[in-house]
Amino acid sequence: MSEAVASDIKLIVFQLMNKEYAIPVNQVQSIEKVEHITRVPKTEKFIKGVINLRGVITPIIDLRSRFELEEAEVTESTRVIIVNFNDLEVGFIVDLANDVIDIPVESIEPPPEVVGVTEAEYINGVAKIGKRLLILIDLEKILIPEQLSNLGIEG
Amino acid sequence: MPRGVGQMDMNQYLEVFIEESKEHLQACNEQLLELEKNPEDIAIVNEIFRSAHTLKGMSATMGYEDLAKLTHQMENVLDAIRNGKIKFNPEILDVVFLAVDDLEAMVQSIADGGDGKRDVSNVVAKLLLIENGESPANAEAKKEVAVAIAEKPQAAKSEYDEFELTVLQQSRDQGFETYEITVALRDDCLLKAARVFMIFEILEKIGEVIKANPSVDQLEEENFDQEFTITIVSKESNHDIQKKIMKVSEVDRVDVNIISLENLRQYEEQEVTDVTPEKNNHVEIENTSNEDQESKPEDKKAANTTKHSSSKTIRVNIERLDILLNLFEELVIDRGRLEQISRDLNNQELHETVERMSRTTGDLQNIILNMRMVPVETVFNRFPRMVRQLARDLNKKIDLEIIGAETELDRTVIDEIGDPLVHLIRNALDHGVETPEERKANGKSEVGTVVLKAYHSGNHVFIEIEDDGAGISRDKVLSKALSKGIVTEQAAASMTDSQVYELILASGFSTADKISAVSGRGVGLDVVKSTIESLGGSISIESKLGQGSVFSIQLPLTLSIISVMLTEIQQEKFAIPLSSIIETAIVKKTDILNAHNQQVIDFRGKVVPVLFLNEIFEVPVFEELEDEFYSVVIVRKGDKMAGLVVDSFIGQQEVVLKSLGNYLTNVFAISGATILGDGQVALIVDCNALIK
Repeated sequence: MSEAVASDIKLIVFQLMNKEYAIPVNQVQSIEKVEHITRVPKTEKFIKGVINLRGVITPIIDLRSRFELEEAEVTESTRVIIVNFNDLEVGFIVDLANDVIDIPVESIEPPPEVVGVTEAEYINGVAKIGKRLLILIDLEKILIPEQLSNLGIEG
Repeated sequence: MPRGVGQMDMNQYLEVFIEESKEHLQACNEQLLELEKNPEDIAIVNEIFRSAHTLKGMSATMGYEDLAKLTHQMENVLDAIRNGKIKFNPEILDVVFLAVDDLEAMVQSIADGGDGKRDVSNVVAKLLLIENGESPANAEAKKEVAVAIAEKPQAAKSEYDEFELTVLQQSRDQGFETYEITVALRDDCLLKAARVFMIFEILEKIGEVIKANPSVDQLEEENFDQEFTITIVSKESNHDIQKKIMKVSEVDRVDVNIISLENLRQYEEQEVTDVTPEKNNHVEIENTSNEDQESKPEDKKAANTTKHSSSKTIRVNIERLDILLNLFEELVIDRGRLEQISRDLNNQELHETVERMSRTTGDLQNIILNMRMVPVETVFNRFPRMVRQLARDLNKKIDLEIIGAETELDRTVIDEIGDPLVHLIRNALDHGVETPEERKANGKSEVGTVVLKAYHSGNHVFIEIEDDGAGISRDKVLSKALSKGIVTEQAAASMTDSQVYELILASGFSTADKISAVSGRGVGLDVVKSTIESLGGSISIESKLGQGSVFSIQLPLTLSIISVMLTEIQQEKFAIPLSSIIETAIVKKTDILNAHNQQVIDFRGKVVPVLFLNEIFEVPVFEELEDEFYSVVIVRKGDKMAGLVVDSFIGQQEVVLKSLGNYLTNVFAISGATILGDGQVALIVDCNALIK
């Protein structure tokens, strides 16, 4: 991230609990409205189930729940961001997804070190654009946490 | 004809080459085993020779020198056998088998993207020793002559020039006949250059090639349609020449005409002023066909008789079939949706149209699924070799009998079933069949029999491996299982025989007193069991001490589209595969009994445990149902049964099985999902996981 040449990075911006988060656009496949989610029994609490995404069964993760935030009711503005990472196709439920912005790579700073907040574990960095603070989430840590393989399997 | 590949782009032929090579090698393997049984049968040697010869031609064309070298040497030995120069014996067979092994390894390496190179000098040397009657130097010299002869026509122009005419004249004076041979390759012939190479090889043996039209260069580069004309001088009769060329596969038609020099001279005079190669070519072809008319019917007949054995097929990449199936699956989902809409709207015309569409797609489904069906032969055919080798290693005498090799299974299943079968056959050979001495002592024939049987039954395919060996000793298995802590003493006492036998499929089990290299590493059989179960199948064992055992594998016909019973629990829908269901029943609440912490029902005289799916799947409750009856789906896994309680049955439906993806793996008691007519996802219940 310390390249001398100034280059821009395109981000999808979404909201959780009135805070703004961002994912690089190249990791996002599409943004969908929330449709019927089929619950999958005996999985992690944050896995809300699966949806039919144009013929592909796609698991849905509630990002609020993943970050151990208070869960919210589905509203008109609730969206599912379908991400594709390392052949894993997963949807994230977010409060709102309404912005695509370009920011200079060098404006991204390493995440602040806060102990004891779950959310902080899944952050790649923060970017300050004027008065806005964007939190860049780390898909790898969200999707492939070590404890998932232990907890997710029963029987 | 030079053996170089030139600039030809071989990649497009590579797949065909690999497929054909594998087929020819398989043919070699099968025929060699035949030959072992009937060592005097020259027809079999001929068959092997032909396969080896084709393989040589193909590999030389493709530029795989080692492959060509080894097949060439193998061919020489086979040639010597069929000409009675050397006597066939088992030792020779072993070396030829060794050579085939090497060839297989090379083809495999090519298939894996390697260069197909391998040190074959050892086997080649052995083959040379066998061939002994004919010195290697001789063979080498022959090859050079062949090359020299082949290169000569390259200098030739399209017409017969003065030099050629002189040659023809001279040959004729020496009693050689001049033939103009028109060869037509089959339209679907893919390795044209290879066929040309093979035809030239034959011609060079029976005479001298004077001219080719198009030129040898062009032929080599496949710069021709399906037909080409070669002029040769030979002492053979035209009939014999035709027959020999027809031996090359993918040759459609061969016309052999005697041409008189007078005719040729005339030609020359007519055309000598300005002849373009094309024009000449044209006239010549016309000429041959005119001259040809009388002999044609006969030729046709000959062609027909050689062709009848091959059925008309095309090769299709399995990926394309997968895409086709995927598209069809989309259609099945839409069909389900349409059916639902038509039910809701209750419009007669719509109803009829949807009905007709359902029938058509039903037929389409059968055809597409059938296209993916492959005979189990493709897996079975490697076993005779394996059994032969193993029997030798183990010093046992074993006959392998294969029944129902034509039984068809889905390609996906075929790809997976090979390894489990290898394990089971090894197991039968090693632990099942006794040594000849033991068998004799027990009053059996010295030769043990292993039967590999495949057959269809309903929506399943069964594969059985039966041996007439020692059988499984219940006591031995039990004591072993107890010592390994696989079962408890109490459990052991109440187990049925087949339950005991199934213990040998548990991990960490090996019944052989000593561990042998063949099987008995104790890791094999539990892998067999899990592979078969992952395919949606099951395995059971029957055995009689002293008389033998039967391992029976049950497999689903296809994996992608299955029939399910759709059920509802609160607001959720679950699909239960019909293959696991025995029947559905409505049971009074008061008929449910309690037996040590387990609720059971009496189902046709059997005590069947009852499982409440809403509890197992922690289904959220929206409304309390007050009903004095339960809807129960009776499912089974092998001999064991269970009753799954649901709220209501929706009905039977064909659905497309989809995986939950890479993220959700190992979800308890869920084997996959499917998309229903309304676009929603329903989970498919894995009954095997529910029945312990």
